[in-house]
Amino acid sequence: MGIILAARGFSYRIGKKTLLEEIDFEVRAGERWAIIGPNGAGKSTLLKAFCRILPPGEGLLLAHDKPLSQYKQKALARWISYVPQASGRDDLFTVREFVVMGRYPHLSAFSTLTRRDWEEVERVLDLTGMTDFAQRRVCTLSGGEQQKTLIAAALVQGAHIMLLDEPTAFLDPYQQSQIHDLLETLHQETGKTLIEVTHDINRAALGHDRILGLRAGRAVFTGSPEELMTGGVLQEIYGRSFKLFPHPETGRTMVLP
Amino acid sequence: MSEDKGKYALILLILLGLFILSLVVFPFIGIERITFGEVLYDPASRGSEIFWKLRVPRVLAGMLCGGVLSAAGLAFQAMFRNPLATPFTLGTASGASLGAGFYIWAGWSFSLAGISGLTLMAFLGAAAALSLVYGFSRWRRGLPSEIMLLSGVAISIFFSSLILLLQYMSNQAHSLRILRWLMGGLEIVGYREILEPLPLALVGLAVIFLKRLDLNLLTTGEDLAAGRGVNVNQTKVMLLLSTGLMVGAVVAVAGPVAFVGLIVPHVCRLLFGPDHRILVIASVLMGAVFLSGCDALARIVLAPAELPVGIITSLLGGPFFIWMLLRDGGRG
Repeated sequence: MGIILAARGFSYRIGKKTLLEEIDFEVRAGERWAIIGPNGAGKSTLLKAFCRILPPGEGLLLAHDKPLSQYKQKALARWISYVPQASGRDDLFTVREFVVMGRYPHLSAFSTLTRRDWEEVERVLDLTGMTDFAQRRVCTLSGGEQQKTLIAAALVQGAHIMLLDEPTAFLDPYQQSQIHDLLETLHQETGKTLIEVTHDINRAALGHDRILGLRAGRAVFTGSPEELMTGGVLQEIYGRSFKLFPHPETGRTMVLP
Repeated sequence: MSEDKGKYALILLILLGLFILSLVVFPFIGIERITFGEVLYDPASRGSEIFWKLRVPRVLAGMLCGGVLSAAGLAFQAMFRNPLATPFTLGTASGASLGAGFYIWAGWSFSLAGISGLTLMAFLGAAAALSLVYGFSRWRRGLPSEIMLLSGVAISIFFSSLILLLQYMSNQAHSLRILRWLMGGLEIVGYREILEPLPLALVGLAVIFLKRLDLNLLTTGEDLAAGRGVNVNQTKVMLLLSTGLMVGAVVAVAGPVAFVGLIVPHVCRLLFGPDHRILVIASVLMGAVFLSGCDALARIVLAPAELPVGIITSLLGGPFFIWMLLRDGGRG
């Protein structure tokens, strides 16, 4: 399959501070990527640059072989959706109202929501298991439920690529596994291309096809989970050593955090 | 949702009914008693004269100002994600006041193309304040909201001091006139003062209405809005300029009428929820009814004297607002 998202020599600076330096990276359709690295490595910045939430940087970002700068924001939102961290959202919207706002890139200033929009909302609520919460206000939900609401709202955008910023941060293990299962379903059943920022090295190695390791704004590693799980690579990304051991059932390499 | 549609239609119908009722009833309220029969059957009577030349334009002006200020407050609160934002947050009111104050202090008396010099100077002041805020925020890449808010506050304070200075340097009569202007009022005669701000008001209201989905998304945060396809900077600039000019035009006529643009959007949000698809129209109608109602009150409370409407809105608005906030435990 073709390359649908790429960075070519992409750098991003604010004033004199360099957040990303000469990033090269290519994503093929249907792949599931994890972006890992220490705090401040530029992971979220890269996601936000791809959604054009940030002003443009230097170098090139491409979506479907076309520079990001040639897209209107709405057109870009039909290709790429963004799921921010869900920490303590205070939205007074109900889940259904919140999710339907994701139809924005398909609407003009003059159009009203059609039956198709609402059908899409119901389908996505069902897929994310949020149908029973549809009338609840987002601010009253638990972290995991808020995260699912955010994923549902991004899904309703109908974009092929979904970028997620630490979708399981702040969640308890049960809610974490719910989100992981949901993302796995999306990846397997709808063939979406997923790119997640995560701090969970084991998860990154288990559930993803490819991994990008950032450190201090540079891409220090790009490769498969097997290539990642070696002492040298992890040392280079995180600047510390990890204890590695085989998974008791599958035998895959795990790290002790 | 279809049930939503029914609910929204009902709310709009009620508000529209209230709006029409106000339009019919408020012109009859005032010191001079006017009967229905007089207005209908005796166009040459004194009552008819007062009704059509004073009361109706005044009610219409109240509705225009109230609607514009509430819609502007709503837009700014959403755009800045700040419940304390008002139509005057960006310094338009103090800019207008400075322009008006300067006109009075200088003892000028002119009109241009039929528009009074006072109105003109007030509008210029508002536009100047707006361009300063816009300029300051443009300095930094991409219009950060906090910078816009803070520069608006700073400019307001600076302009307010200049107004005090002008007052200090004025003679007593001029000083009183400046003070009176600052209170805000709708004592207009005829329809001219409604027609002057009308084009800018209509453009501003149209922009806010067309950006209702963008406003919804902006309340969820600028990052998320951009991720959903909102061109955040462009939207902010459009809203900022059209809303600012509209507020400037209205304030130039009525003075900085306090509180309407802060409380009406909040009341609407508490009553109808966070969706701007309904909030935009609801705040325009509510603001229109509220301000024209306050002005009707202002005409009779201290009869035979008339109060400036700005005093009524603040006196009513403050306690009512606090009650609303406490009732809902501060949410909203």
